[in-house]
Amino acid sequence: MEKDNILISHAPHIWRGFSTSKIMYIVVAALLFPTAAGIYFFGYYAIYIILTSIITAVLTEFVIKKLRKKKFIMDGSAVITGLLVALILPPRMPLWMVVLGAFFSIAVAKEAFGGLGYNIFNPALAGRAFLSVCFPTEMTTWVLPPHFNYDAVTGATPLSDNFVYQADKLSLYKDLFFGNRGGSLGETSAMLILIGAAVLFIFRIIDWKIPAFYIGTVALGSLLMGKDVLFQVLAGGLMIGAFFMATDYVTSPVTGNGRIIFGVGVGVLTVLIRNFSNMPEGVCFSILIMNAFTPLIDKYVRIKPFGFQKKKKNV
Amino acid sequence: MGIVVKKKSAFKGLLLPENKITAKKPIEILPVPEKVTIPLQQSIGAPCEFIVNRGDTVKAGQKIADSTSYVSAPIHASISGKVSKTIKVVNPIISTIMDAVIIESDGEDQWVELKKLFDIKKSDDFSGLKKIVDSTDKKKILKKIREAGVVGLGGATFPTHVKLNPPPDKKIDTLILNGCECEPFITSDHRIMLEYGRQVLAGLYIIARTITPENIYIAIEDNKEDAIRCLEELIIKMGFEDIFKLVSLKSRYPMGAEKTLIKTITGRSVPVGGLPMDVGVIVNNVATSKSVYESVIEDRPLVDKVVTVTGAIENPKNLLARLGTTIDYLTGECGEVGSGINYIIIGGPMMGISIVGTDFPVTKGTNCILVKEGRVQVEQNCINCGRCVDICPMKLMPLVYARNVKRGNFEVCREYYIENCIECGSCAYVCPANIPIVGYIKTCKSTIAKNNG
Repeated sequence: MEKDNILISHAPHIWRGFSTSKIMYIVVAALLFPTAAGIYFFGYYAIYIILTSIITAVLTEFVIKKLRKKKFIMDGSAVITGLLVALILPPRMPLWMVVLGAFFSIAVAKEAFGGLGYNIFNPALAGRAFLSVCFPTEMTTWVLPPHFNYDAVTGATPLSDNFVYQADKLSLYKDLFFGNRGGSLGETSAMLILIGAAVLFIFRIIDWKIPAFYIGTVALGSLLMGKDVLFQVLAGGLMIGAFFMATDYVTSPVTGNGRIIFGVGVGVLTVLIRNFSNMPEGVCFSILIMNAFTPLIDKYVRIKPFGFQKKKKNV
Repeated sequence: MGIVVKKKSAFKGLLLPENKITAKKPIEILPVPEKVTIPLQQSIGAPCEFIVNRGDTVKAGQKIADSTSYVSAPIHASISGKVSKTIKVVNPIISTIMDAVIIESDGEDQWVELKKLFDIKKSDDFSGLKKIVDSTDKKKILKKIREAGVVGLGGATFPTHVKLNPPPDKKIDTLILNGCECEPFITSDHRIMLEYGRQVLAGLYIIARTITPENIYIAIEDNKEDAIRCLEELIIKMGFEDIFKLVSLKSRYPMGAEKTLIKTITGRSVPVGGLPMDVGVIVNNVATSKSVYESVIEDRPLVDKVVTVTGAIENPKNLLARLGTTIDYLTGECGEVGSGINYIIIGGPMMGISIVGTDFPVTKGTNCILVKEGRVQVEQNCINCGRCVDICPMKLMPLVYARNVKRGNFEVCREYYIENCIECGSCAYVCPANIPIVGYIKTCKSTIAKNNG
């Protein structure tokens, strides 16, 4: 036996092979459902926004990695960030602003903290928060799905104070569920988001705890505030936020109990912002605020090891 | 009559690709090698000292090294011949240098005189055997086990006479015979159950005599259906059906680890930093049981071991090899090693140690030689996904260890009960970022041990 053919390594010597990039591309695949809804409802301009955002995100990551003299790995995380940024922007956002948002997400929110795994805030949401501070007008200019109106008509999103719906409640829920409403590019169709989420569950990408406790808390909070629960759950960015943003591994806690605390925390903040602030929607900022608490939650919420016993007092 | 009880695992566990390619291959007796290398430390506890000199002629089964300390097991010559020299070898498993003796064979394979009390292979009446065991004093049994150098053959190599003599304040009510063999590839225990079932059961009866437990379980994973059936028949044939309970367990890694096995069978959790006897349980491996039988009834010391040689090799086999046979010799018996970059691993793919030199010998703790193509391990950033936390059978947070060891914060790992880690490798197996978590954990444990001692 030739000795130079023998290597050594640490156990275990086998690997499941379910790599980071596989996870990322499954998430991208799951996101294609809400993406399809965005393109269907808001027309070809949505495609421009999506492509601009993804290309900017990937390019930014590539350039920064080269500048930092680190290896660029096409692990798909930048694609997710780019796609998510596009999906949570208004459907008529000027493209140069999209570029700015995607750049901010990757350059500031992700790479400045050390890259994948080290960022504190969800990059896509940080990008959106940055844009809504810089361009408050563009970030709140909504259109109704033009399919049904031919010309794009500006209109209020369901959560806005000036939103009026003429028809009966049932068709309102139907529109909210299928996505025939104003809102960000990818957040409108609850149905397609749920299909995307089902993909994530089938491949065991996400844990049910964060979305369940997040949506549950919002439902309960809305009930207590005397609001229409179903409407509060379906309208706005709650669905895409709960399944695709709050569940981001890097910026959410690692233990089961930590995830429950995180989900409830985001839910409470969302209810508070929706009901008491001057902003109609609070999903983005709620998640960002809880992102900041994630390191703290992970530090204090630990799991009890196998065979854990309370320390006996020395007699 | 069905005497088999089925049980699910009491922990999440992994479903691994089994790759037990040698499961149907009967144990072959490996020809006696020209020389053997016998290290002086083959068990947990104090190393032994030579009681023979260079140039002495020894017979197979003759004691060549012993220690005066209690937690230690003597070592015997595995072949007959001349003690040619003493050398230093690096033990790849615990990375320490230890003394070893080389015995050159005289080609005769002469044995020391063995007093056989019972012939289990030929007899079909086992009442005689039971009478012999029942009439033998516990102390005498333990002495025989010690003199034969029997240690835990599941891999831990803890001296068996110490394990079977727990301190009087520990009441042992449950004895478990571990035939799980949950690691992929390895089939040595499986074959022992099939081919030495009588010895294994008789050994268990002897072990039970020393600790008088109320419940005796034989635990086998359900991927070894033939072994379960074989032992079921033997239990009835040998008249053990009233005292032994055969348990068929769901195949989940790491079922064969003591703590998870005890939890699954009895529902009890071994406390952090504790031993099975703290919850009234003693676990013994099937190969150990066989050796206990051979030492007590046949007076035969532990000088050989069933080793599975498997993986990327032409002719994978289960071999009964004399201790001290070099790994080279074993792999040579199994044909050409497959092309490509190969690791030589002592043990299974999950917990085995990959070694550099193939002149290292088979020791008491060796149960498998695995030849495996290299795993390219490019470590990426941890993405906090929590898969390691989710899968850890000891309910630890492996990602915390990897993170802190990289920064040199070894003390933080202790706050997270790193000593509770059984190094089963489940975390690193599922890690999407391909982080060698077990490597970090081992580094941390050895650094802590160094700092403390």
